[in-house]
Amino acid sequence: MSASTTNRPTRTTRRGFLKASAVAGGGLLLGLRLPTGGRYAQAAASRPDGDAELAPNAWVRITGDDQVTVLVDRSEMGQGVMTALPMLVAEEVEADWERIKTEFAPADSAYTNSLLGRQATGGSTAIRNAWRPLREAGATAKEMLVAAAADRWGVEAQECEVADQVVSHPGSGRSATFGDLAAAAAGRPVPEAVFLKEPRNFRLLGTARDRLDAPAKVDGSARFGMDVQLDGLLTAQVVRCPVLGGKVQSFDSSEAKRVPGVKQVVEIDSGIAVIAEGFWPAHKGREALSVAWDYGEHADLSSAGIEGQFRQAADEGEAAIAHSEGDAAGALEAAAATVEAEYEVPFLAHACMEPMNCTARIEDDVCEVWAPTQDQTSTQEVAAEISGLPKDNVQVHTTYLGGGFGRRSHTDFAADAVACAKAAGAPVKVIWTREDTTRHDRYRPATYNRLSAAVDSGGSVSAWRHRIVGPSIMAYNDMLQEGQQIDPSSVEAADALPYGLANIHVDYVMANTPVPLWWWRSVGNSQNGFIREAFFDEVAAAADADPYELRRRLVPEEDRHRGVLERAAREAGWGTSLPEGRARGIAVVKSFGSYCAEVAEVSVSANREVRVHRVDVAIDCGAVVNPEIVAEQMESGVVYGLSAAFGEAITVSRGQVEQANFDDYPIMTIDQMPEVRVHIVDSGEDPGGIGEPGTPPIAPAVANAVHAATGEPVRRLPLTRAGFQPA
Amino acid sequence: MTAVSLTVNGETYEADVASDTPLLWVLRDNLGLTGTKYGCGIAECGACTVHLDGQPVRSCTTAVSQAQGRSVTTVEGLADNADLHPLQAAWIAENVPQCGFCQSGQLMSAAALLARNPNPGDADIDAALRGNLCRCGTYQRIRRAVGRAARDMQEQG
Repeated sequence: MSASTTNRPTRTTRRGFLKASAVAGGGLLLGLRLPTGGRYAQAAASRPDGDAELAPNAWVRITGDDQVTVLVDRSEMGQGVMTALPMLVAEEVEADWERIKTEFAPADSAYTNSLLGRQATGGSTAIRNAWRPLREAGATAKEMLVAAAADRWGVEAQECEVADQVVSHPGSGRSATFGDLAAAAAGRPVPEAVFLKEPRNFRLLGTARDRLDAPAKVDGSARFGMDVQLDGLLTAQVVRCPVLGGKVQSFDSSEAKRVPGVKQVVEIDSGIAVIAEGFWPAHKGREALSVAWDYGEHADLSSAGIEGQFRQAADEGEAAIAHSEGDAAGALEAAAATVEAEYEVPFLAHACMEPMNCTARIEDDVCEVWAPTQDQTSTQEVAAEISGLPKDNVQVHTTYLGGGFGRRSHTDFAADAVACAKAAGAPVKVIWTREDTTRHDRYRPATYNRLSAAVDSGGSVSAWRHRIVGPSIMAYNDMLQEGQQIDPSSVEAADALPYGLANIHVDYVMANTPVPLWWWRSVGNSQNGFIREAFFDEVAAAADADPYELRRRLVPEEDRHRGVLERAAREAGWGTSLPEGRARGIAVVKSFGSYCAEVAEVSVSANREVRVHRVDVAIDCGAVVNPEIVAEQMESGVVYGLSAAFGEAITVSRGQVEQANFDDYPIMTIDQMPEVRVHIVDSGEDPGGIGEPGTPPIAPAVANAVHAATGEPVRRLPLTRAGFQPA
Repeated sequence: MTAVSLTVNGETYEADVASDTPLLWVLRDNLGLTGTKYGCGIAECGACTVHLDGQPVRSCTTAVSQAQGRSVTTVEGLADNADLHPLQAAWIAENVPQCGFCQSGQLMSAAALLARNPNPGDADIDAALRGNLCRCGTYQRIRRAVGRAARDMQEQG
């Protein structure tokens, strides 16, 4: 039926996929897939931007002016969904990629991420979730266009070909553009089953394509949450209790209200909001505000106390088994030699470049929210709750996100905006300052770990034991089931050793603290990847083995860890000589369905300054949509992990987070940037994630290189806590 | 409140603001030029970088009174009407932006660098841009894009 060969039919059975409706004013419109019938989506579908419109599902629209538009239902926070998701649709519909347009999708149940159970972006799921449905969405539109052409020409659909938005019939020499056919195609029944292209016939998927969002991000026109402008828009800052868990006791706003431009000072759930005509008046109003706080129960909380709590819990707490094979305790007792170590990692902030913010307007029983959010579903729910309006009356407009890394899947900033808009009776943009953003983040958990391993006289590793002690993200956020002792995110990577060892025991002692927790890029893999892989090198040293060769030997032959280990080692020149003072370290971690190995080439100076010169990344993420974006995400993941390893740590004193801005929470700078080389390993498997898997292996690769260079294992992060300085 | 007169990207604007208002917030809140970003407020991240009489400054710590009577250039004024600045073209060609929030500041710092050093090496680029933070880790591509733009500008003469 088309220029592309097709194979297995796939049934488009998703709820609402077949729903069609007529719209006045322009031909027949096939309704967007809208099980909840949100009015915003209908308005979007009927926008008069063409004489006729083909919209057979929630993602693709084709107008009479031959424009193919893809609705992007995931949040663009740098990871490239605005380019990669349209590629899936464009491939199957045979759109002209140079002319493709995109729009951010509204909040609607049609866009539920099946891997997360809500319309949300996280867990490196965007491509994994969309891989089939978005290709089906494109294929559905193509089939309707071909059927319309065949009908018009009185020929068989099977004889038609499609390329670059033109349907042609070689036998008769006739052809028509998508725009010519859109109205007629909209009158066709939506097929119940469609053919998807064979991968060997892909012309877009698997090819490097430039980012569609780049032009708007180099001329200042890309609209981030912070950039939303509305008539009569006010700006608010919220003053929160500096002590974790504290509350407002009383406040005096008389001075604040005298500041020119300050309109209102109100108490909302999160603190005292100063609502003003712009950021600076709000800031000055805030400085003039006086608040008496009830510090609550945690006014004495300190990082030293938390470290003590963890050590005590390691001895006395109840341990739940995360993974157990064989008899690790017995093997350790019988071993010729054992290795033991304690590992510690700190709380970490997300430090998105765009501070938290959100804009809301409540008017005529409709609440509109302009949100740089990773979770449209929760944003809609929270806005409905605070505004007191039904969920269907809440419209969520997703902006560009100036970084997300998990932080923006929370709704605290959206709640602030809706509460302020409600109090002010006017549209309000809430802006958290950088200090607010750092001090009131929700952090990557700190953990304390005890590890031991048994090494036989022959040099083989016979046992591995790892006790993890730390707070649970799920516990902090009331997500644990009754009686649940293990938060999977606390033990991931630690509970899945890729190494074929006979005796393994990994357990977890939950030690909760008042420090707010949330998902941070790669979540538990970020700390457990480091701890597991760095301790592995200590074991290799005790076994007098090369850390790469030992890994390779212990990974089963068919395992995908092996492919990335071998590729990273080969590309990095593992085993070849290096200039004096340099050493390499290797690590491998599987996360979010992808396998990633990294080799870091590092030098350590006499005064213990660490410089990372080069990183080779081998990534097996299965099917690749856009190799350029895969490379970008590996570079990005490396920098995120490296930045944390170099110097990031959140500490608490007198119940307060001690860090506030980039001067005390330093993130990596360009002069610390190593050369990063990305090597994609083609396994032919289904897609894995790419946003996060580049992060976990970098800290251990660097730690292992420092260990190799100095003979000193790195057991604490950041490196500054292990007595090293980033150069 | 004080009436201030500003020349931004060749156009004259009037604003009625407190004289200690940072230039950043006048650009964003009063003039609607939102390409210049707020990242830290203490001149630590570079997201707010603009040019004042051709020199890169952090607009978050530059009082609007200091900009009075001087020429301000923001990222919106980097292109020559429809013609992108060579740096903007290089940024697109090298797929530099990820989230993109810091890139206005990166571009303004890079433009100031090329204006005084048309052929910078990586060490020059690092020195000029080390005050511009990027959380997405685009640094390697920034180095490449600055190099590409420098070559393009030399070829164009």
